[in-house]
Amino acid sequence: MSPIIRERLQAFPVALKKQGELNAVITDTSSQALEQLDASPDGPLSGLLLAIKDNLNLVDTPTTAASRTLEGYVSPYTATAVQRLLDAGAAIAAKTNLDEFAMGSSTEYSCFGPTRNPHDHERVPGGSSGGSAVVVATALVEAALGSDTGGSVRQPAAFCGIYGLKPTYGRVSRYGLIAFASSFDQIGVFARSTELTAKVFEVIAGHDPLDSTSADEPVVHFDYSEERARGLTIGIAPEYDHEGVEREIRERYHDLIHFLKGQGLTIKEISLPHTAHGIAAYYVLTTAEASSNLARYDGVRYGRRVHAPANLEALYTDSRSSGFGAEVQRRIMLGTYLLSAGYMDRYYIRAQRVRRLIQQDFITAFEEIDILVTPTTPTIPFPIGGKVNDPMTMYLSDVFTVPMSLAGIPALNIPAGTGANGLPIGLQLSANYFGEETIFQLSRFLEQNYST
Amino acid sequence: MIPGVDPRLLEKWEPVIGLEVHAQLATESKMFCRCRRIYGAPPNTHTCPVCLAYPGALPVLNAQAVEFAIRMGQAVGCQIRSLTTFARKNYFYPDLPKGYQISQYDEPICEHGQLSFYLEDGSMSTVGITRIHMEEDAGKTIHGVKNESYVDFNRCGTPLIEIVSEPDIRSPHEARRYLERLKQTLEYTAVSQADMEKGNLRCDANISIRPRGSQTLGTRTEMKNLNSFRGVERGLTYEINRQIQVLESGGTVTLCTLNWDEATGETQIMRTKEEAHDYRYFPEPDLVPLLIDPQRVAAIKASLPELPAALERRFTEQYGLRSQDVEILARTRQLAAYYEAVVQAGVAPTDAAQWILGEVLRVLNEEHQEIQDFPLKPAALAELIQATTQGTINRNTGKNVFDKMLKEGLSVTEIVERDQLAQVSDTAALEDTVRQVLAGSPKELGRYRGGEAKLFGYFMGQVMAATKGQGDPQVVRSLLQQILDES
Ligand SMILES: [Zn+2]
Repeated sequence: MSPIIRERLQAFPVALKKQGELNAVITDTSSQALEQLDASPDGPLSGLLLAIKDNLNLVDTPTTAASRTLEGYVSPYTATAVQRLLDAGAAIAAKTNLDEFAMGSSTEYSCFGPTRNPHDHERVPGGSSGGSAVVVATALVEAALGSDTGGSVRQPAAFCGIYGLKPTYGRVSRYGLIAFASSFDQIGVFARSTELTAKVFEVIAGHDPLDSTSADEPVVHFDYSEERARGLTIGIAPEYDHEGVEREIRERYHDLIHFLKGQGLTIKEISLPHTAHGIAAYYVLTTAEASSNLARYDGVRYGRRVHAPANLEALYTDSRSSGFGAEVQRRIMLGTYLLSAGYMDRYYIRAQRVRRLIQQDFITAFEEIDILVTPTTPTIPFPIGGKVNDPMTMYLSDVFTVPMSLAGIPALNIPAGTGANGLPIGLQLSANYFGEETIFQLSRFLEQNYST
Repeated sequence: MIPGVDPRLLEKWEPVIGLEVHAQLATESKMFCRCRRIYGAPPNTHTCPVCLAYPGALPVLNAQAVEFAIRMGQAVGCQIRSLTTFARKNYFYPDLPKGYQISQYDEPICEHGQLSFYLEDGSMSTVGITRIHMEEDAGKTIHGVKNESYVDFNRCGTPLIEIVSEPDIRSPHEARRYLERLKQTLEYTAVSQADMEKGNLRCDANISIRPRGSQTLGTRTEMKNLNSFRGVERGLTYEINRQIQVLESGGTVTLCTLNWDEATGETQIMRTKEEAHDYRYFPEPDLVPLLIDPQRVAAIKASLPELPAALERRFTEQYGLRSQDVEILARTRQLAAYYEAVVQAGVAPTDAAQWILGEVLRVLNEEHQEIQDFPLKPAALAELIQATTQGTINRNTGKNVFDKMLKEGLSVTEIVERDQLAQVSDTAALEDTVRQVLAGSPKELGRYRGGEAKLFGYFMGQVMAATKGQGDPQVVRSLLQQILDES
C-alpha cells in the first residue's frame, strides 16, 4: 500500500478545512477510508483519493441527498458503482454536496447550504453534482462520482473547468444511487484528465444483476490512438449554435470546430430538429418519475418523522412538508399533477413521444457522424442566488445537456479554457450508444493538441 | 334461485358479478429481492433494502414468479403476451414502503382465458378470465392497544397474481364454485398454496344488478375482503339484497368500495366515488419490458399436470365413481393421488373411495389435517381394506383397527394378531353360539315365531355380542336364518 495515500488521508480533514468556504463536502469519510486502507485491494485505482456525490450509498455512512428528509439515515449497504471503486483499490475520502435529491443546476438547493465555484466564490459551481466537481477542480481528490439526470455532471464540469462524463444510460449500475428520475439517472465521472475519466469509468461500468436496466454490453477499453482520433467524423448542429448562447461560449465553440477542421478532421453539419422540445419533455418525464420515486420518504421506516403526528395523514404531510425543500416539493407536485387521471395523455404520453423523436434524431445523426460537438451550457457560471427564484431560467441552463439524457447517449464535458473573466468554458462531446471510448479518443486528442 | 334472496325479486332483477382474486405465488423468494417468502416468521425478519424501499435500492424480477404466472395462465387457457410490462400503482400506506406497488397495467402477462366448473345442480358453468397480471404484496399493519400501529414487512414483496374474471357470474353460489375451482387449479399446478386462512388467496368482487333481459350493466360496487368461501356467498348475498332494495325503492346504486365484515355479516363503505384513489399508473422505469419466448411458453404448457376437470372425468370413467364422490376426491391433487395409490395397491376403486371418503376424511376433519400430513400411507390403508374384503376381519372391526393404526402406528397384521381380532367364520363354532343364544331367549323366540320378524335383528345382535364382534356377520346371518327356519 502506497504510504502517500495514507498521508493524504491523514491530511485530508485539514485540506478540506482550508477550502471550507466552498462547502463542497457533506461528510468527510477519510477516517473510515484510513481504517480500511490495509484491507484495500490492489487495483487500477490504488493510491487514488476519490469522492462520491452524497446520493450514493456507502455502508455505515450517512447518505443525505442534501435533504432534511434523510436526517439520521445511515446506509445499510453500498452502491454497486461505489463498491467497484473500492474493489479497484480507491480510497473514498468524502461525500459531496448536491442539490437536494439531485434536483437543480447550481448546488444551491442543499439543506447544507450552497457550494461555491472555486474560480469565483460568488458564483455557482453548477449542479446538481456541484460538490464533486469542486473537489476535483481544487485537486482535493483525483476523481469523483456524480450523477447526471439532465446534465448534473456535464454542467458542473463545464462550470468548474474539468472533465465530466455522463455514460450511456444503463452503462453503469444505478443500484445504490438515490433515484431522481429512474429512466434518466446515470452515475458519471469527474476528473482532470481524459485518461483518469476513462479509467474510473471502466471500473464502474458493466452489467450488474442488481439493476435490471444495466446493460449487458462489453466495456471497450480506452487505448488512445491519434490515428483513430484524426479519422473521426465530427458533427455540428445549428440547434446548438444560436443567439441564445453567450458570445464567449459560441466563439470558443467555433474556434474548436475550426481547429478540428484545420487538423484535417471531417466536419459535417447535421440536424437535430426536435431539440427545442427537449426541456419540456424532460421536465414532464423527470418530475413524473420523481413524484413516485420520492414517495418512499414517508417518515415510516427511516429518515425524518415529525413527533407525535395526530394521525396518518399528518405523519405523511408534516414529515414530507418539513423534510423536502421548495424545489423538490415543486417537482413532486408538478409530477403528481402530470400523472393524474385526465392529464396523463396530454403530458406524459406526449413527452414520451417527444423523447422517442429526439432519440431518433440522434440515431439518424450518428449514421453520418462519430462525435457531436456542442457547447455544454448556454451560459458561463451565474452568480449565487441569480436564478433560485426563477425556476424556468434555471431549467433552461440544462438546454444543451438534456437532449442526450432524453436519448440516453453518452456525453462528456471537456474543459475548453476560460473566458475573459477567468471563468471556465466547457464543450460537450456526444456519441452513439455505448460510444464512450470514441468520445475519449477525441477528448484525448484535444487535450493534447488544442489550447486556447 | 339464490338462497336468502326473494325469488320474486330475482324474476325481475339479475345480479352480475365479477371476481378479482389475488393468489400468492409459491416461489422460494420474494418478487423483486432475494428475501425468502415465508409465512408466520417473527415480524421484520425477512426484509432487505429492496423490499423495505431503502434509498437507491432497485427491484429485480423473480424468474420463478413469471414461470408460475405463465403456468396459471396456461391452466386457464389464457394467451400469454410475448412482451409484457410492469407499471407503478401509486398510493400512500405505511405497509407499502415504496409508496407504489409494482404491478401490471395495460400489458398484463396473461389474457383471455376461461374456467369451467359444475354447479350444485350438476350443470356446467364457464366463466371468462379477462386477465392475469403479476404484482407484489404489501406488508401488514398491526394496530396496538394504545392507539399505536406497527408494520410487519415480511409479507411485503411476496409475488402475487391477480386473476380478474369477466362479469359472467350470476349468483353467490356460482361465485363460490368459481373460486373453489380457481383454488383447486392453483393448487394442482402448484402455482400457489392457495390457503385462504393464511391469506394466500384473497377475493374481491364487483357486483351490480340490472333488470332481467337488459344487456347493459348497472352501477357496480366493489366489495373487498371476501376471504373465505362462506364469506363470498354471504357477502354477495348481502350486497345483492341491498342493491335490489335500493332499486326497488326507486333509488340508484352509487359507485363505491365496500368492506365485508365477516364477523358482523355486514358491509361498511370504505371509499365513495369521490374518495376513489387516482393511482397514477405509469410504466415502471426500474424494470425492462419482459420478452417471453413462445418456446418457453410451450414448454410450460407441456409440463402442466393433469388439471381438475380432466382428472374428474378420468376418475368417473376409469373408476366408475359417482360424480359427487369424484368431486371430493379431486378437491386437492394430493387427495386424488392418495386415492389412486390405494387403488394401485390392489383395492377395488369403490372400496377405496368408500374408505377415504368415510374414515380418512373424518379423521382429517377432526384433526384439521391435510392428506399430505396423514400418518397412514396409502399402502397401509390398502392392506387394511384388503383385510376386510378378504374376510380376515369384518368391516366394523376394520374401523377399530384403522383407529388403532393411527393411534399406535402398528400395521394391520400386528393389531389383528395382538388383539386376536381375526374374524370367526368357523360355522361349527358359530352354530353352537347361535343355538345357545336362542335357548337363552325363549320369550323373544316365542314372539318371533308369533310373527314379530323384526326380532331377527335382536338375535343377530345377541350372537354378535356373544362372539365379541368377531363373528363374520354374513355367516352369522345365514346360520341364524337356517336354524330359525329349522324348527
Ligand atoms: Zn427483501
